[in-house]
Amino acid sequence: MKRYWKYMKPYLSAFILGPVLMIIEVIGEVVLPKLMANIINIGAANHDVPYILSMGGAMLGVAAFMIIGGIGGAYFAAKASISFSSDLRSDVFDQVQKFSFANLDQFSTGSLVTRLTNDITQVQNMINMILRGMLRAPGMLIGALFMAFMMNYQLALVVLVVIPVLVLLIVIVIKTAFPRFEIMQKKLDALNSNIQEVLTNVRVIKSFVREEHEKERFATSNEELKQSSLNAFKVVILNMPIMMFMMNATTLGVVWFGGKQILAGTMPVGDLTAFTTYIVQILMSLMILAMILLQSSRALASLRRITEVLDAEINLTDENCSLPEKKVESGRVEFKDVSFRYYKDNQEAVLSHITFRVESGQVLGIIGSTGCGKTTLVQMIPRLYDVDEGQVLVDGVDVKDYSLKNLRDGVGMVLQKNVLFSGSIAENLMWGNADATKEEILQAAGAAQADAFISSFTEGYRTELGQGGVNVSGGQKQRLCIARALLKKPKILILDDSTSAVDTATEAKIRESFGSTLKDTTKIIIAQRISSVMEADRILVLDEGKIVGNGSHEQLLSECEQYQEIYYSQMDREVSAS
Amino acid sequence: MRQEKLEYLQKKYESRLNPKEDVVMAAGMGGRPKGPHGGPHGGHGRKGMAGGKPKNVKKTVGRLFSYISQDKWKLMIVAFCVIGGTIANLAGSYVLRPVINGLTSENGSTSFLLKGILTMLGIYLIGILAQYLQQRIMITISQGAICKLRNDLFGKLQQLPVKYYDTHNNGDMMSRFTNDVDAVGEMLNNTVVQLISGTINIVGTFALMLYTNVWLTLVTIVMIPLMLKAVQFVGKKSRRYYSAQQAAIGTLNGYIEETVTGQKVVKVFNHEEESREEFEYLNTDLKGKLIRAQFFGGIMGPIMNGLSQVSYSLTACVGGILCVMRGFDVGGFTVFVNYSRQFSRPINEVAMQVNTIFSALAGAERVFAVMDEAPETPDQELAVGIEAEQDKNYYVIPKENPLAKSEGFMEDVVRQDERYYYKEMKGAVTLKDVTFGYTPEKTILKKVSLYAKPGQKIAFVGSTGAGKTTITNLINRFYDIDEGVITIDGIPVTELSRDSLRKNIAMVLQDTHLFTGTVRENIRYGRLDATDEEVEQAARTASAHSFIMRLEHGYDTMLEGDGANLSQGQRQLINIARAAISKAPVLILDEATSSVDTRTEKHIERGMDRLMATRTTLVIAHRLSTVRNANAIMVLENGEIIERGDHDDLLKQKGRYYELYTGLTELD
Repeated sequence: MKRYWKYMKPYLSAFILGPVLMIIEVIGEVVLPKLMANIINIGAANHDVPYILSMGGAMLGVAAFMIIGGIGGAYFAAKASISFSSDLRSDVFDQVQKFSFANLDQFSTGSLVTRLTNDITQVQNMINMILRGMLRAPGMLIGALFMAFMMNYQLALVVLVVIPVLVLLIVIVIKTAFPRFEIMQKKLDALNSNIQEVLTNVRVIKSFVREEHEKERFATSNEELKQSSLNAFKVVILNMPIMMFMMNATTLGVVWFGGKQILAGTMPVGDLTAFTTYIVQILMSLMILAMILLQSSRALASLRRITEVLDAEINLTDENCSLPEKKVESGRVEFKDVSFRYYKDNQEAVLSHITFRVESGQVLGIIGSTGCGKTTLVQMIPRLYDVDEGQVLVDGVDVKDYSLKNLRDGVGMVLQKNVLFSGSIAENLMWGNADATKEEILQAAGAAQADAFISSFTEGYRTELGQGGVNVSGGQKQRLCIARALLKKPKILILDDSTSAVDTATEAKIRESFGSTLKDTTKIIIAQRISSVMEADRILVLDEGKIVGNGSHEQLLSECEQYQEIYYSQMDREVSAS
Repeated sequence: MRQEKLEYLQKKYESRLNPKEDVVMAAGMGGRPKGPHGGPHGGHGRKGMAGGKPKNVKKTVGRLFSYISQDKWKLMIVAFCVIGGTIANLAGSYVLRPVINGLTSENGSTSFLLKGILTMLGIYLIGILAQYLQQRIMITISQGAICKLRNDLFGKLQQLPVKYYDTHNNGDMMSRFTNDVDAVGEMLNNTVVQLISGTINIVGTFALMLYTNVWLTLVTIVMIPLMLKAVQFVGKKSRRYYSAQQAAIGTLNGYIEETVTGQKVVKVFNHEEESREEFEYLNTDLKGKLIRAQFFGGIMGPIMNGLSQVSYSLTACVGGILCVMRGFDVGGFTVFVNYSRQFSRPINEVAMQVNTIFSALAGAERVFAVMDEAPETPDQELAVGIEAEQDKNYYVIPKENPLAKSEGFMEDVVRQDERYYYKEMKGAVTLKDVTFGYTPEKTILKKVSLYAKPGQKIAFVGSTGAGKTTITNLINRFYDIDEGVITIDGIPVTELSRDSLRKNIAMVLQDTHLFTGTVRENIRYGRLDATDEEVEQAARTASAHSFIMRLEHGYDTMLEGDGANLSQGQRQLINIARAAISKAPVLILDEATSSVDTRTEKHIERGMDRLMATRTTLVIAHRLSTVRNANAIMVLENGEIIERGDHDDLLKQKGRYYELYTGLTELD
């Protein structure tokens, strides 16, 4: 709870005023029946018109206060709950910004989005409800009980008998209903993912003529959903009749016992009216309390999911770096006996004992089959992950000694799964350098062979990209991502399979322009196609996390078995054909 | 935040955060542009936006009624219960009058009290029973109705042509299944009943009030216009701020989704600070709008409550005076005060329900709109079917079909019975002068002609948008052509029944979608009656067997979320296995191995060759090495075949293929 204090502190006045104003409403509601009883017992009985008028005036005054209290309470409750959740959302977002790659792998994208959106809203609604109901329901309960006892303690005992019975019944209903609702929710999720799946797979379904099969599958899960909903609702609808029955039974009890007292002359008749009102208030507030508890338990699950994000230990920071001012200058990269695994309890290491070195300005090619650790290896350089053993050195300095900002500013990386953002092409490219001039943008786009197609768009560099860059082709997207990385003017440029959708000729041109414009930059290129890395100064061949070949194309071709295998799988026909 | 950045953000989000009334609906859709074939791929739009006004209330209500009308007698009971329950409620509170009057009069006695209490008990019990029965029956009816509604909608979905999916947003369809159907369910569950009981309550209470005391009733009536005015004012405000809030939520959620999806890129570019600024801007904007919307949403209750307390106080005051001046009975006074306290509740309820009903009807309209879409054109009456017999497939041609009268038809008829001729299916595919466009304005294919003899491998090469995938879409009739003719073994595809046609063309698509279920089930999707051995055999053919065996539960490993636990390449292998298990004589591979690395591709080549040996195969591939050994390669550009021939021919021509192959031009 302590951690949430900081979200309450700035809005403490709203957090207090909300419930307090709500209490005014409650007091009014509890006092009014008493005043009403006075009109009957004293005013009407004694034929005292001025007394009736003054009581009436008092009642109107109370009612006016109630409206003010209600409106004020609503305002402060909204302000408090929304400010709270808004700040909380900010912090969660900040936390995600601080996340390391390992943290991001731990939570899926979808779950992070849900936590930032839906879960926060749940919490916000809960706070709003608690602020408005927290004092109101118990306040009403206590107030009404108090008034009832003050008025006639014998009659009030009737209510005391009823309350435990009602509470017990409500608890039973909720306890029975809750697991049923959970089942229903699961069935609903299953049904929705079934629909989603069918919508994306429509071509497969149609081409295998499985429409009937899908209909049956859907009908089954639909029927299951229906049954589970019925099961859940069946219990919930018991709530109202139980409530009504208890309320009516209490009324009858009060009329019976009260009636006898009236007949005996020990109770004024006006109190009976007031009493029935208090009964309704007491039982209603119990009901509302139950509702709040029910709702809160759902929101608490959301809060737990949010806390998980806030609590996630950020396992990669630059707090302890010894050279925070150091920048990457020459771009020399060295791996010393590096080992790494994603999950510490995994038996097999993703990288084991990797040692190599690239001089500044050189080109390093990395090749190997899917899942052999190429991507993992290059992600060690800008310290997206930390090594388990060994050292990664840039310019002879351990990457852990750089500040993350300086290190990553020095390394331009084009990820395999790359993303463009909604906004214009120019805006996207300027991610690399927010202050880039027009010439610099043109130059970077030119080097990435992107200028020609960008210029062919009617809007040119101002063309709006949809989310994820859906309106450019795969090859165009990759070239935009390269241009974006080039604008950083990095000392080390890493391309992780970033030209797979670009044809060989264009790819060759990109490589060529690297040679002229990025002479001093160290270039590390991961590729599937051997032609992409053939001309590199040095090629690493990876297999199951180990370096199995390290040398020039010719050397590897004569020495490295895996390299030969890859080479011939791609080249035999093409070589024989040309 | 820097001033310029702030101005930039203001400009960027201006139109989305402050939309005009009628565009609010669209704002939540993320506004993604259209995908490759004009198919928009938006996210889940319209979350919580089941609003909108229905266009044709009468028609929609009538149609909705057909979903509950088979439960007619149940509905009768419900109606009876609603009326009975409401009357019992009203009566229950009225009975208090004689009881109280009896208590205050001279001849009050315990036996009189007992009689009164027993009457009340009876009435209460009737009321409770009626209410429970009504709810119990109503949920059965409403759950049944929305279950049927979902089934109908889903059934319709299966009949819609591929074109519909290509031009409509999946998120939008999801929202019809969830938000809209839920709104209808909600309406059936509560609203209708509440509306009826609310109305009866208002009328009944009013009548009883009049009966009890005319003067006091007048006092209450004075308050009604004030209450209605308050409802109207607050309701209008809250609706306005609500739509502003929805637009802001949509924008912020969109931003969150986009940023978190690209979080790794954000990190690589040290872009965290910028992201935070933009988020902060949107978050602050939302905060203000949320507070206003929640405030106006939250004060309806207190205001109505307060006003009814005012009315209560007035009644108490006037009633008290009436008791003194006119001898109004105390019992009547007590009852009346209770009525006036209750009076505002049904009014409020009915006013709120009207909104729910309108949004439910609008939801129902959106559901029905899908059901009214044109399905795939039905097969023609004398459509040719295809039957499998042992390892061969036979065309089943109705004797009345005009085809049977064409010249040379009888040549290869293998047998006939009373109604049909039977011919063996060989799998020769022919396109003749095919012209086609997804929209009339834009022709994609222009007079394309080609043929594939049974068992041949034909490859298509060309830039994105040249029309390669379109050709495959036409052969299995995902789309129907505008001009020209496509035949299989000389029979136009339009003469074949759609199901038979598609069953006999196996497709492996680039987008490798798998279904929730085990690996085995996913492979068996290609032919539901395949045995376990056949499934494994197919997996071996696709070189998927070895990696499947390495999965935790082998073939029984559950694939969830579109096979997220497999690599793209592995998913493609399962796709190939799925096609391999089908006995279709025609095979279409659309970039089927694009994500498989070259070494693995080499490994599966033998299996693929085996697969293709007995089938007519149409291949689309980006990697030219994949298509090299095809019998014929078609180079497509702008919807026309500009070169054709086998690999060696095309290299000799030194045309476009040669340029592509040697890397002189790009494919894109």
